Amino acid sequence: MIMTRGHKIFNVFNIILLGIIGLSMVLPLIHIIAQSLSNNAAINAGKVSLWPVGFTLGSYKLILQDPTIWIGFRNSVIITVFGTLINLFMTTTLAYPLSRPEYLFRKSILVMVLFTLIFSAPLIPNYLLVKQLGLLNTLWALMLPMAISAFNLFVMRSFFLNLPTELLDSARIDGCGEFRILWNIVLPLSKPAMATMGIMYAVGHWNRYAEAVFYIDHRNWIPLQVRLREIVFTDQMGQSDVSSELMLLLSPEGIKMAVIVVATIPILCVYPFLQKHFIQGMMVGSVKS
Amino acid sequence: MASKIQPSDRTVYDFSSQSQKWAFVRKHWPIYVISLPGIIYFLLFKYIPLFGSIIAFQNYNIFKGIKGSKWVGLENFQRMFAYTDFLQILKNTILIGIYDMCFAFPVPIILALLINEVRVMMYKRIVQTVVYMPHFLSWVIVGGVVVGVLSPSTGIVNHLLALFGVEPIYFLGENTYIRPILIGSGVWKDSGWGTIIYLAAIAGINPDLYEAAQIDGASRIRQVFSITIPSILPTIVILFLLQIGNFLDFGFERVFVFLNPLNNENGEIIDTFVYRAGLVDRQYSYTTAIGLFKSVVGLMLIMISNTFSKKMTGEGLY
Repeated sequence: MIMTRGHKIFNVFNIILLGIIGLSMVLPLIHIIAQSLSNNAAINAGKVSLWPVGFTLGSYKLILQDPTIWIGFRNSVIITVFGTLINLFMTTTLAYPLSRPEYLFRKSILVMVLFTLIFSAPLIPNYLLVKQLGLLNTLWALMLPMAISAFNLFVMRSFFLNLPTELLDSARIDGCGEFRILWNIVLPLSKPAMATMGIMYAVGHWNRYAEAVFYIDHRNWIPLQVRLREIVFTDQMGQSDVSSELMLLLSPEGIKMAVIVVATIPILCVYPFLQKHFIQGMMVGSVKS
Repeated sequence: MASKIQPSDRTVYDFSSQSQKWAFVRKHWPIYVISLPGIIYFLLFKYIPLFGSIIAFQNYNIFKGIKGSKWVGLENFQRMFAYTDFLQILKNTILIGIYDMCFAFPVPIILALLINEVRVMMYKRIVQTVVYMPHFLSWVIVGGVVVGVLSPSTGIVNHLLALFGVEPIYFLGENTYIRPILIGSGVWKDSGWGTIIYLAAIAGINPDLYEAAQIDGASRIRQVFSITIPSILPTIVILFLLQIGNFLDFGFERVFVFLNPLNNENGEIIDTFVYRAGLVDRQYSYTTAIGLFKSVVGLMLIMISNTFSKKMTGEGLY
């Protein structure tokens, strides 16, 4: 293809523009990391932009000494691990029958699920249900009400629909029961789909905030995001036994930014996996709907 | 033949009698058992609250329950519109929804078109990886990033403004800035993610079209406007419809993390008000009425826009 001058100018312009957009995604995060590693004087003097000035790990030390942050961290890890396991179990056990021709009520159940997607109950009835089930102020309230995402259910179902039926048939001829087929044949085949969905659910649990605000007010059971918001927006740091010299050295801004970094690290660790698997899953789902 | 197994999802079994049907179900009982937890989940956590919404028509008393509480008809809905604060909140919700649609909706489309024009594969991949990333951060973290960047004393934005001699601005403490902050942080977080579907739609365009256009002497810009955009128009329409249906659903988290008494007036939306008046002040019936109002309006918007678009473009959600 012959490139005219107009093309070339456009190409250069386009590459620069996308570069700026890309940087605008990354630079704020770098700014925050830089602040979390800088000392009080440098931050207040406005010297910190993208590189730490007056390097100190004090903010991180302070955070690690705060018990409430550890509690939040623990709760977030629990709901991420167990919540995701519940999600995977519940989603596959419904998606699999919905992909089988022998399951007669496919259509009605699909309609039932679809309806909840376009019309959902307001907050208060949901809250009253959680309350009546005795789940208020327990971590269950952050796992059970969101056990299945209808969107993921459809993605999983279309994945199962694409499995070769011959495989299932031959297993059946060999005398495999349905439970064995699901466990020994379907699940091993759907590892990539499960991994994708698992990461997607896990990110959702790690980032869970609204439900925690609604259903949890006991300090022992709040997840990290709730604690994070308190620290960043209302300047509530716990009473930790930090020496006053360390306090003098640190700026509240630096501490806030350090908490943000701590809460972000797990996501950044799984991001490469997310990026790799997950876009395909997204596509399958979008084409289907 | 009832037990014949076919690969297609559309397999239809023909049963001459009800008892034959039950015999078939009994024969394949394991898959019915396997589906039970999921069905119970939807009934328990999605449908019971839906029926529980009838407390909107009651004066719900938590000790008496739904059966014992007094029915008040539409009183809660009347109260809703009689309350001036509610009208302000409704106005905020609608305005924020409109701004979001005008400013945030086109960004992924433009971004996808630009990314698609990059011919250096390596660079393309890096840009994509970077713009998707903020989507995976929580709203609290995004809020924290915004607070850090906009901070009057230490944030990078005010440092830049200071270079031009502008006095530091406390962005989160002023009513005027809350809406741009809400929309802008949404664009930052999700516009890269939104490009995925458009890029997929662009990738699905038949390459012959471009070749033919090139032979006819169409420039790259011309190709974008005559081939790429018309080809992804159905996708744009569908996503726009979805957006209209979610018009009042801006989201609790993304607003709540930014709200404070100083920016409450322009920032509070229905979702945050329902939380405050409903869960904090325990006005259960009243806020359920508001929530129900919101859901019904959303459903109507989806239906109207769907009919409309089917007439105009032949494309629809259902």
